[in-house]
Amino acid sequence: MASILDIKNLYKNYGAQEILKDINVSIEQGDFLVLVGPSGCGKSTLLNCIAGLEPITSGTLHIGGQNMTDVSPKDRDIAMVFQSYALYPTMTVAKNITFGMKVRGVDQATQALKLQEVAKQLQIEALLSRRPGQLSGGQRQRVAMGRALVRDPKLFLFDEPLSNLDAKLRVEMRTEIKELHQRLGASMVYVTHDQIEAMTLATKIVVMKGGVIQQIGTPAEIYNRPANLFVADFMGNPAMNLIPARARTNGTGTRIEIDRKDAAPIVLTDEKNRDLPKDVIIGVRPEDIAEPDFRTSQDAQHADCMVDIVEPAGADTFVVMQLGGKQVTARLHAETTAAPGHVQRLSFDLGKVSYFEPATGQRLN
Amino acid sequence: MTDLAISPARNQNRTSKIVLRWILYLILGIFVIFYLMPLFVMVSTSLKSLEEIRTGDLVSLPREVTFDAWITAWSSACTGIRCEGVRPFFWNSVMIAVPAVLISTLIGALNGYVVAQWRFRGANLFFAAMLFGCFIPFQVVLLPMARLLGLMGIAGTIPGLIFVHVIYGLGFTTLFFRNYYVSIPSELTKAAKIDGAGFLRIFWSIFLPLSLPIIVVTVIWQFTQIWNDFLFGVSFSQAGTQPITVALNNIVNSTTGVKEYNVDMATAIIAALPTLLVYVIAGKYFIRGLTAGSVKG
Repeated sequence: MASILDIKNLYKNYGAQEILKDINVSIEQGDFLVLVGPSGCGKSTLLNCIAGLEPITSGTLHIGGQNMTDVSPKDRDIAMVFQSYALYPTMTVAKNITFGMKVRGVDQATQALKLQEVAKQLQIEALLSRRPGQLSGGQRQRVAMGRALVRDPKLFLFDEPLSNLDAKLRVEMRTEIKELHQRLGASMVYVTHDQIEAMTLATKIVVMKGGVIQQIGTPAEIYNRPANLFVADFMGNPAMNLIPARARTNGTGTRIEIDRKDAAPIVLTDEKNRDLPKDVIIGVRPEDIAEPDFRTSQDAQHADCMVDIVEPAGADTFVVMQLGGKQVTARLHAETTAAPGHVQRLSFDLGKVSYFEPATGQRLN
Repeated sequence: MTDLAISPARNQNRTSKIVLRWILYLILGIFVIFYLMPLFVMVSTSLKSLEEIRTGDLVSLPREVTFDAWITAWSSACTGIRCEGVRPFFWNSVMIAVPAVLISTLIGALNGYVVAQWRFRGANLFFAAMLFGCFIPFQVVLLPMARLLGLMGIAGTIPGLIFVHVIYGLGFTTLFFRNYYVSIPSELTKAAKIDGAGFLRIFWSIFLPLSLPIIVVTVIWQFTQIWNDFLFGVSFSQAGTQPITVALNNIVNSTTGVKEYNVDMATAIIAALPTLLVYVIAGKYFIRGLTAGSVKG
């Protein structure tokens, strides 16, 4: 099956500055691709390149099997939702939604029909005669989506569409976008700096940093098997614990030693024989450090740790301690007996641990 | 006890506040009189007869109101050898100012739209050059412009004067519109591009409807500049195409014999009336437009 979006060896320069370096991404019909990364990583520029709003320096870009590298935005069969919504301020909601069709010379009857269809879908029928200035943030967001939906394009592009909404509305709209995606089966490319949005919405995530793709994968792959220290640290909240350690393979498994300030090193044994350098950084998700009675896994290894801080968060309680010179967070159940200044026995799930090379930051296992 | 201790001080404080407030009003009142005095003298003098002007006081109200001076000024005052009043010159000014204002505003809007929203290589340089045009003293360009108008065959004509005013207004009108449009998010242009709209369509359907405040500012500015212009009017006109500012000068300076102050005053007011009118009608938008860029996101 031909991919709906196919980017090959894309470079984007502003003058001598390289903004995007050797981008290769492709998605299938119905995929929800999320571009995620810190601000300035080039994700929005990449989206603008896909839209044709920014010319690319080199490389090719296919949409729906057609070469769109040098095609103008209006002929790419795309629709885009912007962070500021970019509604036309002097036009009513109805005019905003139908403007694209009017420009393209679609007849009045079809315009009205499509408008009704989309308005119903997004529940904005009551707003059609209002102007953007009279709408709330959430309503504007809907109208912006309506303007995209009415086009029925091959590819939807979203540029941080939720970041201007308050926290509660953001979660609601997130669910709604996901629902919309499932209902329409449409292909979408979505830019965000919010890794939770990325995890919840995507069928495929691209993590970017400094104009370079760090990792492409499903949310589960990105979360469980981050390709390098950057991805490990960026995705997940609280972040993955990245603890400096010493590793030694001795035939029956791999011995991991983590230094502590006031006590003997923690020794954990990974039962697999791993080919690791002497110094490694081990990455453990907070939820993979638990109390021994809970979440027992056959790869679990126990250790006694001095608890520094206890942070109850309702559903979970986070416990912070010092290991290998780093603050390490464990996600314990809400009724934990862990108390600051006391020793707590914890189990580390070594089946899910990631190993990284300290110098290059690359994943080792 | 504490109340008693504090209240005299508080009273004193309040009294001094009231005194200060009245001093402020007094100073403002003096300024109001200072600024309005010339207008008052002009209006009252224009309504007096020559006899009354000679015998009476400059600041006193007219004993007997007469509009003779206004009628003379409008239709029979002499500018040099012709005695047709300022009427033909008034219409010359209208025919110069109205098209020149409209054309320079429209081109300025287009220029501002391009510089603010369609960044091109050298856009900054282009805009800097436009800005520079705002600060060129008009005297410098008199001779080259006269030569250019001659070459174009429109020297001494009303289209010639329109041309000159459009050219020298563009710097300002571009500046106004550019600063207004630069505050409009570029995402609006992007959204319209994806919707399929082109350069002119976006300007016409999206930017122009947003521009009422800045259009008003520009129209007021340009109208005042062009209507009040004397230098270009006197340099690039000939008999029959002179604007009202030139006529005013001629009426005041070229009369012989008894100075008809009432006619001079009436002429000056007629010459100033259109700009005054524009301010009264559009002044509300003027203030709003000047601050619009800074307030609106």
